[in-house]
Amino acid sequence: MSHNLQLNPEGKLKHFLTIDGLDKALLTEILDTAESFAEMSGHHVKKVPLLRGKTIVNLFFENSTRTRTTFELAAKRLSADVISMNIATSATSKGESLLDTIRNLEAMFVDMFVVRHGTSGAAHFIAEHTAPHISVINAGDGRHSHPTQAMLDMFTIRQFKPNFSTLRVAIIGDILHSRVARSQILALNTLGAAEVRVIAPKTLLPAHVETLGVTVCHNLTEGLKDIDVIIMLRLQKERMTSALLPSESEYFKCFGLTPEKLEIAKPDAIVMHPGPINRGVEIDTRVADGPQSVILRQVSNGIAIRMAVMSMAMQTQGAA
Amino acid sequence: MKRILIEQGRVIDPAHSIDRTGPVYVADGKILALFEKPNGFEPDSVIDASGQIVCPGFIDISTRLRQPGQSHKATFQTETKAAAAGGITTLILQPDTRPVIDTPAITELVKELAENSNYRQILPIGALTQNLEGQELSSMLALKEAGCIAVGNGGRPISNLLVLRRAMEYAASHDLLLIYRPNEHSLSNEGCAHEGAFATRYGLPGIPETAETIALSQCLELAELTGCRVHFGQLSCRRSVIKIQQAQKYGLSVSADIAAHQLHLTENDMKPFDSAYHVLPPLRSEQDKLFLRKALTQGTIGTLCSDHQPHDLDAKLGAFPETEPGISALETLLPLMLKLVDEKLITLSQGIAALTQTPAKVLRLESGTLTPGKSADICIFDPGRRWQVDHSTWYSKGINTPYWGETLTGRVSATLQSGKIIFQGVFHD
Repeated sequence: MSHNLQLNPEGKLKHFLTIDGLDKALLTEILDTAESFAEMSGHHVKKVPLLRGKTIVNLFFENSTRTRTTFELAAKRLSADVISMNIATSATSKGESLLDTIRNLEAMFVDMFVVRHGTSGAAHFIAEHTAPHISVINAGDGRHSHPTQAMLDMFTIRQFKPNFSTLRVAIIGDILHSRVARSQILALNTLGAAEVRVIAPKTLLPAHVETLGVTVCHNLTEGLKDIDVIIMLRLQKERMTSALLPSESEYFKCFGLTPEKLEIAKPDAIVMHPGPINRGVEIDTRVADGPQSVILRQVSNGIAIRMAVMSMAMQTQGAA
Repeated sequence: MKRILIEQGRVIDPAHSIDRTGPVYVADGKILALFEKPNGFEPDSVIDASGQIVCPGFIDISTRLRQPGQSHKATFQTETKAAAAGGITTLILQPDTRPVIDTPAITELVKELAENSNYRQILPIGALTQNLEGQELSSMLALKEAGCIAVGNGGRPISNLLVLRRAMEYAASHDLLLIYRPNEHSLSNEGCAHEGAFATRYGLPGIPETAETIALSQCLELAELTGCRVHFGQLSCRRSVIKIQQAQKYGLSVSADIAAHQLHLTENDMKPFDSAYHVLPPLRSEQDKLFLRKALTQGTIGTLCSDHQPHDLDAKLGAFPETEPGISALETLLPLMLKLVDEKLITLSQGIAALTQTPAKVLRLESGTLTPGKSADICIFDPGRRWQVDHSTWYSKGINTPYWGETLTGRVSATLQSGKIIFQGVFHD
């Protein structure tokens, strides 16, 4: 399977599965398209008829509130018909049943799947096996990829810091299990960021993480120097029970972002978090709600980015 | 029984340092003579082997034919045809069937399935512990008497080292060979790909080399303590090679094998989320591959195997981590060996030895050589014949191979088992 599974023969976006293999021009096109939608929804909640008559199915094999809601809102603002399905999965669920689910929905004349799944590669698998006229948007698969989250983060960064080439970005926390971090790293490098720095204890970093094009730091105080953008990652509770970390309090002491730590970064640094945040675990409330935090802006931007990606992918279907 | 003359082939028998062109005479299931025509020999049939290699039939030290228990994946009928088409005349079966080969009754069942398939030499490995659970010893002596050629763990973990120690002591008491694929389960940790750049990029749970080397080190220590003969299966990484080297230098009687695909494919060759590349041990790094190659060249590791694991389509249909690991590999074993010869890593004679003489020695089999008076297990192959891996050329029921659709070089033209032609290729030029 090649990365250009995502692109049609003209190089336009057909599926949106990963940042991997997409070039700067395409990522910039997504950001620019999102900007036009963001300006629009800034006025009143206004619908555009771009996807009228199209049927979008949100297929969530994993729980999510924010992502699913913003995908739903994005689809509705594009005038598409949208339904959301929460499909509880057991650990034993097999590709056959995943494929059967997809086949059944295909038979109901669906035009697009938005998929979230707990296993890396699930969205690729669906894109490979679904009917050729259907577009697949990855809303997060395992530890692999969460490309719309990464793009809304890029969009937010661009609103505050328009020039990527001078930016030093720190991603802090559980990189190992994070699909968001993987997608952010790829997007930042593609957009030409000066430096992407990951800050975490070794237990939360994947092997050979430097091959992703990042510098590695195990100390938050050192790592925050000269940083323009701070991205905090959510720490799942189960990391404590699987011997990756001793305790929440020790984690907060070492890697939690407090107002004091924030002062080490550049004075105009912005603080981001893909949510949902754990106050007092990875981020101090005073920082999360402070003037440098752009966390809620990220959420609003989620709608514009998802509108952009959905409309671009549907355009390659020809009928939009 | 039939008298067969194989003429004009280049006869290579590493065990006897033979490499010359000439006839091979087969009668009554045995090799009658090499090069010199026995008095009054009149063949019933003649095989023209001109331009081809005539060598001992291959011994594949790690295969799974999926019976009993998973005949939807493969059967003795289908896989023995694939083996014959691959020039393999002796199959060593891993014990992880369903049920596990841990009693004489299951061993008998396997032998019966083998007899019904008209393929003679299928030799099961008995489970080292009951149901391969690593807790209680299997009846190893009864398994040996029922026909198991060795005992093994089938790649399953044995977490209790006291159990492993006792199992090895017991196996040593009965002079049984232990065939052990080292795998420390707690470190594999549900991984599905080598813990390297590829797994990191694609968010796949990784398996570190250490999962293999720690289990290997423990077993090496116990081999010294217990005096058990151990053969390590499907080693995949650099540090395993170093440990085997050290153990051999130290005087321990240990041997090992490598699955042929590990000498060619690495994590860099994997196509994202393509389940054909999902295999255990996983495809490792370039450096691991180079060390494995060196181990083969230098003779530290002398045996190549297919590690054949055929699957049904559904087993490979899904998101990568959810698919079943394994490659269908009987028919690619010869071309992958020849590729090493082509790349000047080993000589043709060395390559053939890795599939015949060396595994025969490990398993104490008489076969693996062309000796007058012994069973005529012979492989005749065309080392230059190119063929495409597709439905028209493939015999195994499992088409789960990363080589599907590719063109490989080297194809068996005939396979004899106990003097009987069990495969004859029909080529259309």
